Amino acid sequence: MLDEALVASTISRALETGGEFAEVFVEDKRSSSAVLDDGKIEELTSGRDRGAGIRVVVGDTTGFAHTADLSAKGLGEAADAAAAAAKGGGGGTRTVSLTRQDAPNPNNVAVYPADVPKGTKVELLQQADAAAREVNEAISQVSARYGDSRRQIMVANSDGLLASDDQVKTLFSVGCIAVGDTGMQTGRETVGHTIGFELFDAHDVSEIARTAANRAVTKLDAIAAPSGTMPVVVGPGGGGVLFHEACGHGLEADLVAKSASVFAGRKGEQVATDLITLIDDGTMSTEWGAFSIDDEGRPAQSNTLIENGILTDYMWDHLRARKEGRPSSGNGRRQSYQHLPMVRMTNTYIANGPDSPDDIVAATEKGVYVAQLGGGQVNTTTGDFVFGMLEAYLIEDGKITTPLREGNLIGNGPEVLTRIDMLGNDFAMGSPGTCGKDGQGVPVGDGTPTLRVTALTVGGTAA
Amino acid sequence: MTELLALADQILAHAGDGEQLEVVAVKSKDTEIRVYEGDIESLATAESQGVGIRVIADNKQGFAYAGSLDMEVILETLTEARDNATFGTPDEFLGLAEPDGVEPVELDLYRDVNAADTNAKIDLAKELEKAAAGAEPRITAVESADYYDGAYEAAVASTTGIRSASQESTAYVSVSVLASEGDDTQDGYGFAVGRELADLDISKAAADAAERSTKLLGAKQAPTERLTIVLDPYVAAQFISIISSTLNGEMVLKGRSPFAERVGETVAATQVTLVDNPTDPRHFTASAADGEGMATRRNVLIDGGELKGFVHNCYTARRAGTETTGSAVRGGFKSTPGVGTRAVSIAPGATSRNDLIAGIDNGLLVTSVAGLHSGVNPISGDFSTGASGLRIRNGELAEPIREVTIASTLQKMLLDVMTIADDVEWLPMSATGVSIAIGDITMSGS
Repeated sequence: MLDEALVASTISRALETGGEFAEVFVEDKRSSSAVLDDGKIEELTSGRDRGAGIRVVVGDTTGFAHTADLSAKGLGEAADAAAAAAKGGGGGTRTVSLTRQDAPNPNNVAVYPADVPKGTKVELLQQADAAAREVNEAISQVSARYGDSRRQIMVANSDGLLASDDQVKTLFSVGCIAVGDTGMQTGRETVGHTIGFELFDAHDVSEIARTAANRAVTKLDAIAAPSGTMPVVVGPGGGGVLFHEACGHGLEADLVAKSASVFAGRKGEQVATDLITLIDDGTMSTEWGAFSIDDEGRPAQSNTLIENGILTDYMWDHLRARKEGRPSSGNGRRQSYQHLPMVRMTNTYIANGPDSPDDIVAATEKGVYVAQLGGGQVNTTTGDFVFGMLEAYLIEDGKITTPLREGNLIGNGPEVLTRIDMLGNDFAMGSPGTCGKDGQGVPVGDGTPTLRVTALTVGGTAA
Repeated sequence: MTELLALADQILAHAGDGEQLEVVAVKSKDTEIRVYEGDIESLATAESQGVGIRVIADNKQGFAYAGSLDMEVILETLTEARDNATFGTPDEFLGLAEPDGVEPVELDLYRDVNAADTNAKIDLAKELEKAAAGAEPRITAVESADYYDGAYEAAVASTTGIRSASQESTAYVSVSVLASEGDDTQDGYGFAVGRELADLDISKAAADAAERSTKLLGAKQAPTERLTIVLDPYVAAQFISIISSTLNGEMVLKGRSPFAERVGETVAATQVTLVDNPTDPRHFTASAADGEGMATRRNVLIDGGELKGFVHNCYTARRAGTETTGSAVRGGFKSTPGVGTRAVSIAPGATSRNDLIAGIDNGLLVTSVAGLHSGVNPISGDFSTGASGLRIRNGELAEPIREVTIASTLQKMLLDVMTIADDVEWLPMSATGVSIAIGDITMSGS
């Protein structure tokens, strides 16, 4: 992407004011999308973002600058700006020699989306539109989106590290509206993986469209969700967001270090029922949060955070790990070259448990079954978190019955972890997501088997 | 500014026969400082630029963007946009904006924040951290204290005669603190915002953070019941933004607005008058021109409870057989213009906030909400969100509450508005805040 000698000299220049650590992150990202809405191919968009971010660390201070100008002049100016923000006592000239460190790539891309004719992508959208409208005459509107991106990155730092990655993602999403006597209802289905256009060998867009349409149609018969605290069963794949919010963010070392996490100082303690083993795994092949190196050049890892209910470790980036004298866990990520990296999740999941999903529902006399969760949000200081239920049903006498209108569920992370009393053996990954933190979005995945929380507050309006 | 327009003109010169071309070019420079325990934790400076090109030919539209103002890259981007246009579905209503004689207002939104001394900016953040730490004995830590400023220029020009350029600056500080009492820890934030350093009221930001973090100490979940809620101005502004998103010409045309076909009907309590007015400089999001370079204007959406109309850009207006309301919005240079309100406010009432609370026997003052993106569906109107705040009993603020949800529907909430206070707050978002009392809300808890 960039000449190695130029990268090395940029690092040296960034260290001239006495920096202890300097890093150059180069990114070249091409993305394309096509949108169908209201029966029309509205627009195809192509984008290109290319630039470098340079950071210099002195003590606890980080200086950062970025530039879209990748010439020696542009990089030199950015290095000076980053260095000016983080001045050390020493200074002088330090020569940096870089050693390439390759990490295994978890994803072999078979078909680069850029090599696929745009017309083929457009046909997928039209196929999805037709399939969704065929499901039911109540479907009044369909939107479909195709998107792909190729993000090539290169990271080099004053420790001599030089690493690169080529991250290809492909995504397809369909949203439907159904109209009935009670107004409009919506349904959505999204499929996305860190692979190329071969995504569509394994996923039929008509099927994606039918899933979205059926969700909207089903909800036309939905009644208001109940209000109050009750048992909640979350279906396979759906519960990942719950753990992402209930404890994932609270296990990020930057929040832990500032005591802004309810999980600070609890390593080695029982924080969940012993059914729970929570893993964050950047190596999970083809999943949405997978990569071969993180945005600090560290190879992706599989990290066990909670093992049989015991908190075993937090997630770490370079800076936090360096301070503690331990290796990074490969969780240093950033939205783009214009952002500083911080501790972020990758693919976060709960490993399988002993129970059959049917038994879990049958054992629940009255409660709510959530088939599809929407987004969520957590306050890491208090542990209180919410997440939306996009597709949910009442459980009555151990059976899944009437569909429910949308709403939020609210709970407290540390409490909910101790209230999971049944865990299924039907593990599945959920939908691809974008996790937001401090204004930066990064792609993440999550997954769970079916699980039951004995008491969670359901935010509906019915008694 | 003239530099960006000149660049746009250079690109427009490449327009082919029978082809409409629109260029949006953007340049920004910002500084971001975070301090922690008296030292700089990070200091980032950045210059960004980019261009977005929209092509309409044979009633088909294509778009491409690049994060660069390099001519070679731009010409590649133009080629991509042109190629993309060939795949669009022909639509007779497609077309770029054309000048309509409405003159843009003069707005004074720019100060040279980049010229200010970096050390003065660092000192502001340090001062804020210190003020927040010492604001209240129960404050145990300052999680972050940040300073940010940015100067932003943009130009929109087209082969249909649009030529618009704008320049604005922002400066803000924000602080996040932790407060503890017994086993309980709560957080709270405060901020101050303006066009330049001198606008920033550090002590208010620190005091707000202290108040927000301490007032919820000891908060507990409450039992489920139906009651009246009072939305704090900051929460009310978020609610108003969601309501406004449904009064959008594009949502209406595509059958996604629960208020479509309802112009002229009563959709809200008579106290409710909702106006979008980006020409009012008191709005932090004020802007003289919209995302297509048309002059912005004052648009009444709801008047005394009656739905008056929707906001439009040139495309949705043409399709709906009406005029643009100057409401094209775009997320920088990376997208084509959509439609949206930019600066909405709900007309304040004559009641003070204290009197408003005094008039409620059994209620919840909602000081913060969580999960608006996951629990509110602007198409069906379902509204359910996590909430925390203070109980209201017999007209007085009582014990703190957390881990509850509040739920209703957007349609019903508008009709259930009881009282709007007079405490207007201009906030760094697309809606202004004011305390609002809304009846018949389900609070879910234990």
